[in-house]
Amino acid sequence: MEDEPRGGLLSGAAVVPPPAEGPDAFPGASTQTPAIGPWQLALRRFRRNRLALAFLGLLVILVGLCLLAPVYSHDIAHIGPNTTNVVGTIKVNGKVTNVVSVTGLPIGPTFSSHYFFGADEEGRDLAVRLLYGGRTSLLIGALATTIIIVFGTLLGLLTGYFRGAVDAVLRPLMDLIWSFPPVILGVAVGTALALGGIGPIKGNSLFIPALIIGVIYVPYLGKPIRGEVLRLREQDYVDAARVQGMGPWRIMISEILPNAASTIIVFIPMMLAITILLEAYLSFLGAGVQPPNASWGTLISDGINYIDTAPHLALIPGGMLVLTVLSINVVGDGIRDALDPRSQVRIKT
Amino acid sequence: MARFIVRRTLSAVALLFAVSVLVFAIFEIIPAYNPARAIAGRNATATTVAQVSRKFGFDKPVYTQYLNTMKLIFTGQVIDYQDDLNVVDQFRERFGATLSLVVPAAILWLLTAVLLGSISALRVGRLIDRGLMALAILGVSVPVFLLAAVLLYLFAFKLTLFPNTGYVGITVSPIQWAYHLILPWFSIAVLSVGFYSRVLRSNLLDMVNQDFVRTARAKGLPARQVFLRHVLRNSMMPIITMFGLDFATLLGGAALVTEAVYNIPGVGQYEAQAIGNLDVPPILVGAMFTGFFVVLFGAISDVIYGMLDPRIRLS
Repeated sequence: MEDEPRGGLLSGAAVVPPPAEGPDAFPGASTQTPAIGPWQLALRRFRRNRLALAFLGLLVILVGLCLLAPVYSHDIAHIGPNTTNVVGTIKVNGKVTNVVSVTGLPIGPTFSSHYFFGADEEGRDLAVRLLYGGRTSLLIGALATTIIIVFGTLLGLLTGYFRGAVDAVLRPLMDLIWSFPPVILGVAVGTALALGGIGPIKGNSLFIPALIIGVIYVPYLGKPIRGEVLRLREQDYVDAARVQGMGPWRIMISEILPNAASTIIVFIPMMLAITILLEAYLSFLGAGVQPPNASWGTLISDGINYIDTAPHLALIPGGMLVLTVLSINVVGDGIRDALDPRSQVRIKT
Repeated sequence: MARFIVRRTLSAVALLFAVSVLVFAIFEIIPAYNPARAIAGRNATATTVAQVSRKFGFDKPVYTQYLNTMKLIFTGQVIDYQDDLNVVDQFRERFGATLSLVVPAAILWLLTAVLLGSISALRVGRLIDRGLMALAILGVSVPVFLLAAVLLYLFAFKLTLFPNTGYVGITVSPIQWAYHLILPWFSIAVLSVGFYSRVLRSNLLDMVNQDFVRTARAKGLPARQVFLRHVLRNSMMPIITMFGLDFATLLGGAALVTEAVYNIPGVGQYEAQAIGNLDVPPILVGAMFTGFFVVLFGAISDVIYGMLDPRIRLS
């Protein structure tokens, strides 16, 4: 079992049974079940995982709500995400109440169309900001994950396949980033770039945190992929491809990459969760999303200052963030179990 | 062993050099970075800025600035630009608070994670396994600063069981010290317990089907001994590497979010302030400080590796 390539379970050629040569090939089998590919098998296993499906549903709802932020803002709450309302009043259960009390205390959740989750200290609608903030957090997570997947895979392939000089140059680079705590590295680079921006990108652009977070986590994918490629390149089918005269790039893309695909796929939800969390950390420390943009991280961070008087300001965005990351993690676990059934080996003691 | 120490020392020097150059380079390429202006103050005239620039050597070439800063760091004379404080003294003063925060938290999370991960693996598929793993996945989904804030809200403001923030030195009053740090310890530990117990559980499950475990069982060892001396011992290897790295980075200042929420005057808080002010000397010292611990605990975890698994030679 140990010698079997991890991705081998998923490499089409290794699992699909050889084509039967006529009806006599399997004399014992009266009815033949149609051959089913490894990806369908994984999908079938995933669909049987009810917990993962439930959280996938929740995740779709959460993402959908965040994407509909402008609709909510325009048609239901009738207030923009950055519209302040310090002196305004609203009717709650027939009573007229200040949005922000004379002592500066914002109103709590009303659970009606206006100020559904209450207001912040400047009278902005928390529910609207929550959805817009979610859009920002999810966008940064998605962008950063894309960077990680593209460059992590590329670096893993290059260092693992070519070894030698390429490895000697690129691997220490990955180790250097990897040996820094992500939060500290992210805060240092984030603060620096938030001031001046890079090139044409402005300092308060969302691309800056996305880029920083992506680059920080590239080695977290690049290193395992490198290990995987180092092993895969010694497989017989790679030798066969080489003997056939395939070039290194073609071997990497058509022979090695498909076998490393399951590892990469398992990393996607993990990275999505971890990048959304890092964005929150950076924003908490003032080095992530910059005003006027809001993200779940900045909302929580602003809310923590009012944790004793207006706890909803930190707890509601916090709950939303945790729920989203939790859903991604549960779905990710489901995907991992579906792709690698051996991770569910039963123990007998 | 001697060769191992020499090699690790050399790689430590190389890493610290790389880290310091990297930090210096990052600040050199930032267009908005102008330390002379920051020191001189907002309303300073151009001549004052130029004077400051000459005094601190910002008008010199980059490599001279780098070498001067390094010289100041290693002679312990480096000061930060913001408050004119000696950076090395600051780290020395604040390290006690960070140690108080990180060491007990680390012990707490390692013991809890090993216990919960083992229980989960031994009872795999049962209710307790599902419950623990549900908690673990929740634990890795909560940012530390949010957990810290929620605990602060619940236990300090609502139930008033614990003081809201602050730090008391262990030499002043050990009881007050622990009383002030219980919530911070817990905040740091939860994330790691979740992460480590998940990893340990899956390692344990992989290990159980290994040949040497079957052999141990076949030769009639009691189940307890098989688990502790064969299964658990071999499953601890990746945990030890993770622990070494996490512990090192927390000591180096990665506990900054917890220190920020609970207002604990540790090295992380100082680094966070320095980063906010783009104050290069403390950032540089902080990065090298962290790098030092990363190398140190990397070496220690390799030694423990060798002790747990004699097949691994130190080289």
